[in-house]
Amino acid sequence: MNTQVDTIPVVSGSERSGALIAATVAFVFGVGLVFTTGFAHPTTIHNAAHDTRHALSFPCH
Amino acid sequence: MITRVLAVGLLAGLCAGLAVSALQSFTTTPIILAAEVFENAEEAKADSAAFDAGADRIFAPAQPHLILVHGDARSEEDSAPSNKEEWAPQDGMERTVFTSVATIATAIGFALIILAGMLFSGDVINEQRAMVWAAAGFVAAGLAPAVGLSPELPGMAAAGLPGRQEWWLATVLCTAVALWLFLRSDNNWLRLLAVPIVLAPHIWGAPHLAESHESGVPAELAAQFAATSLAVQATLWILTGFFVGFLWHKLGYLNARPAA
Repeated sequence: MNTQVDTIPVVSGSERSGALIAATVAFVFGVGLVFTTGFAHPTTIHNAAHDTRHALSFPCH
Repeated sequence: MITRVLAVGLLAGLCAGLAVSALQSFTTTPIILAAEVFENAEEAKADSAAFDAGADRIFAPAQPHLILVHGDARSEEDSAPSNKEEWAPQDGMERTVFTSVATIATAIGFALIILAGMLFSGDVINEQRAMVWAAAGFVAAGLAPAVGLSPELPGMAAAGLPGRQEWWLATVLCTAVALWLFLRSDNNWLRLLAVPIVLAPHIWGAPHLAESHESGVPAELAAQFAATSLAVQATLWILTGFFVGFLWHKLGYLNARPAA
């Protein structure tokens, strides 16, 4: 029905576990990036990302 | 799989982040710059007061949590008022570039979080579904925390930063869990459970200053900024979701071709 490329609902267990590993890696990287730009305290990071933090309504200062 | 996920996340974040950086440069950034004029005036006033009052002001028990934006955060770190300039991007081109980089990095983060959620739940990844996930992301990370902590401009008085960040994170988590229960559960009791979960952080209450504090920033500017920044964040989420779905297909075909 569906082609392999289009679908994520995967059939085999190993593909499913591959998807879960990829999801975990993506989640860790994603949260890490958002934390760095939105939350990290070091002044240099704060100053560089300052306008973005305000513009995306992260708590700033 | 991991390569595809990371490639889609990077590219989707890059595309959405670039577009929203352009949007920011004529929506939120001008308001931030306008507010900084008031912030600097306020800071100058606070500095001269500090010279007059000396240690009295720093140890004044009456205002234990008053953070006058950048001024006090710096003097807390340095512990003595010094004129040492900390690095900050130069106004103009440099500042725009750093803001764009930070926005792109945030968009990449959003893209990876959307991908992680969709892969965990075994969803089909396409434009429509990824945009629904993105909309949920905006509700959880934009709308819900803004109810308790409205988007701030430089120069506005606010409670201590760690407390606000903790409340923000807790609210995002609660809202995300509640949305999941409400939208993905077949059990009506679990859907009902989503209601107290989404309300909990707001009943607990966001940290605010005990006494009301005159802000140097005009209310009109602050209100305009609150609405604009939420719109900008919504745009960033939706565009990121769109590009996640779009590129997932494109990169999937590229990957599939050599194997075929």
